Amino acid sequence: MSRRPSLVYWTGFAVILALLIVAPLVLPEFWRRFVTEILIWGLLAMSSDILIGYTGMVSFGQSAFFGLGMYGAAAALLSVAPPNLWLALVYGLAGAAAAAGFVAYFSTRLRDIYFAITTLIFSQIFYVIIFTWTAVTGGENGLTFDRPALAVPGLFSIRFTATTLHWFVLAMVAGSYLVLRRITQSPFGMVLQSIRENEARTRAIGYPVERYKIVAVMLSGLFAGLAGVLYALQNEFAAPDFVFFLVSGEAVIFNVIGGVGTLVGPIVGAAFFLLLREGLSRFFTEFYLIPLGAIFVAMVIFMPQGLLGFMRRWLNQ
Amino acid sequence: MSPAADTAPAAAEAAEPLLEVDDIHSYYGKSHILHGISLAVGAGEVVALLGRNGVGKSTTLKAIMGLVQPSRGRVRFAGGAITGLPPHRLARLGIGYVPEERRIFRLLTVIENLRTGLDRHGVGKERKKALLDKVYEFFPVLAERRNQAGGTLSGGEQQMLAIARAMMLEPRIILLDEPTEGLMPRMVGQIREIIGVLRRDGVAVLLVEQNVPLTLSASERVYILEKGVVRHHARSNELHADDGIIHQYMGI
Amino acid sequence: MTASSTSIWAFEIWGFEVGVPLQQVLIQTVNGIVTGMILALVASGLTLIFGIMDVVNFAHGELFMLGAYVGVLTMAATGNFWLALIAATIAIALLGAVIYLTTLRPLLGRDPLTTILATFGISLVLQNYALWQFGPVARKIAEPITGHFTLFYLQYPWYRVVIALISAAIIGGLWLFLKFGTWGIWIRATTQDRVMAQAMGIPVPSVLTTVFAIGAAMAGASGVLFGPLTAVDSSMGVDWILKVFIVVVVGGMGSLAGSIAAALMISLLEAYASLWVSPAQAVIVSFVVLILTLLFRPTGLFAATGR
Repeated sequence: MSRRPSLVYWTGFAVILALLIVAPLVLPEFWRRFVTEILIWGLLAMSSDILIGYTGMVSFGQSAFFGLGMYGAAAALLSVAPPNLWLALVYGLAGAAAAAGFVAYFSTRLRDIYFAITTLIFSQIFYVIIFTWTAVTGGENGLTFDRPALAVPGLFSIRFTATTLHWFVLAMVAGSYLVLRRITQSPFGMVLQSIRENEARTRAIGYPVERYKIVAVMLSGLFAGLAGVLYALQNEFAAPDFVFFLVSGEAVIFNVIGGVGTLVGPIVGAAFFLLLREGLSRFFTEFYLIPLGAIFVAMVIFMPQGLLGFMRRWLNQ
Repeated sequence: MSPAADTAPAAAEAAEPLLEVDDIHSYYGKSHILHGISLAVGAGEVVALLGRNGVGKSTTLKAIMGLVQPSRGRVRFAGGAITGLPPHRLARLGIGYVPEERRIFRLLTVIENLRTGLDRHGVGKERKKALLDKVYEFFPVLAERRNQAGGTLSGGEQQMLAIARAMMLEPRIILLDEPTEGLMPRMVGQIREIIGVLRRDGVAVLLVEQNVPLTLSASERVYILEKGVVRHHARSNELHADDGIIHQYMGI
Repeated sequence: MTASSTSIWAFEIWGFEVGVPLQQVLIQTVNGIVTGMILALVASGLTLIFGIMDVVNFAHGELFMLGAYVGVLTMAATGNFWLALIAATIAIALLGAVIYLTTLRPLLGRDPLTTILATFGISLVLQNYALWQFGPVARKIAEPITGHFTLFYLQYPWYRVVIALISAAIIGGLWLFLKFGTWGIWIRATTQDRVMAQAMGIPVPSVLTTVFAIGAAMAGASGVLFGPLTAVDSSMGVDWILKVFIVVVVGGMGSLAGSIAAALMISLLEAYASLWVSPAQAVIVSFVVLILTLLFRPTGLFAATGR
């Protein structure tokens, strides 16, 4: 976390926010959806940053939380007519929180690599359950549903347009960012970072490290779940592919590329990755992952601080 | 490079010492540990480093052995610069290392521990057997326990194994870090004997110790360290355990 | 208990009639051992690598997959299975060495997260490379030994027994290599205490490269051995990597014997489970075993220190 003069920081924030608000009004359809997707994946990567960047816990469990957010929203939207936006949010977040609690209970007592592998395997557990429990989850084919309207019962009901949906997503993501920023700068956040720096010492001082870790996982799960809900709203379907552990891997990739421990980094990383993917797939068609994967590996070796870290150093020169 | 049985320090070594440490500095994170250590060890000499805990004695040995990279300064061995070379090269060049806590390979048997040093290029079966026999002669208990796992040996036996293991490299100098630490007092005499044996074999020893009487009786010269620098340098037979200087730097 | 002609072992538990189809259980035992041995072979490589350099090789499944593809190519060129096995072993060993030298060695001193990420990235590259080069249509490796023997009511292919034996032989060979011989001592010493190994003159950088290559070679060989049992396609590795991770964690990371025991146990349990549920659901068995292990013996069910 760098100490930037507040004015510069907030000005920058306002500028970017303004750009993102204006975006759907000026961009063609494809790019409009693209920006919205960047925001959603950025949110997922941001949720991963809480664990990796701030608490020092490498987690591959994001896809489980994302998936349950997605399917939770689907459940809400399919079970109630007319489909209710707020119910979708509640179900999705609850589902993600439940998954997070489950994973947290088993995994947090483990250290480092074991934690990473265990979260990975839990992602797959959820994947297998969702994939095979066809009656409830639609199995391989997933679920499709209608997008709900932005409604406050009794007051108004507006159908989402692509633009207003984008603004809704933007509001959610920006809000999440601000909330997370507040949390990471709070005493709670400081303890998390202290755990990352030196877990043994934090424990010796007297902090119940396991409990903090569990809360961190649940926090991460909540925001990943929110990303899942937003994705469901955006695309109107839920599919098991998104619960496959590769999605967790991608979240971690965005996080690392952008810069861990920065909150903003993951969104930058998502944008970078998705843009690169877009560009490379024009040349390499569906095999874009070959050069993209190679670039990622090169970045891990040569730019471990991520794009943000790199730019920070470059700006400081 | 055969360890000849020298009876007297060779006069030819007056030209350049076997091991020469020149103004090395080292850091641990932000901590400045070594503030410019310089010392020298001649061929077949036993030289000691004395000092309290934390003054940088072990770090000096590690810097020589390449386990710690000095930020400044040079180390020369047998006429060549060795600063920055990786430890396994230094071992092959003839520097043996016996660390604090011994660090024998606990899950390897005694003979396997010895083989980590014995199995080298250009050493024929005859010479290997001769080396093993020699070491078994010095340390009969190792011969007895040759097929036992290193971790099952007592502290004293592990110390002997650690030294024997280093001897397998046929080194010209052995860096010996606090050999009496954690050992029963009656083993101190044994350590003195072992150092004597090494000396007779023509192997130089750079000894780090806190046991003053042992150090003064086993070594020829002693450097006294404080806070990462050499404060005093004397011939061991000119010092006594109750000298003022010893009191000053060892705090006893 | 009577082995009747219908070969169901029926008995009562708490008032419920339970029927255990005895012959099928025995057949599944054989199947379980066969897949277990291959799994053990792949897992051993991963455990060996982790034990010596603390690297969790995400790309291990892809090494397995590429080994199978090298087998496919060699078979197409020569028609000889054994040649394919040798070619895959050597080719993947070299690939492993190249991967280690270019991407893992630079990362050795750093945070373990970076090696997980790097190997994950490599797995993506290799997977898509295979997809690009070989296309999405699955290939086949023909069995080297056709012919069956009668196992109860089944015609059981000899080949399956043969691969179990070969896998066991390779693992046995590895064990002998580690136990005797200079390199075996060097590898074990480096695994236990890398710093002291260096101080003893052991060429640790070469040892690390060699171990990675050996682990990779074992994965590559497994790919060829497993080839005839299944279709060879670019996602083979992904399906296996998780199971391999589970095996290694359950067995105790870094413990060779533990990995082998865990591989056999999990394969057997899954084989039995697939008598009652679909194979896609049988994998839940391995998840359950993992959870139980984490709850009660997180260091691994069979964890012996070292080796």
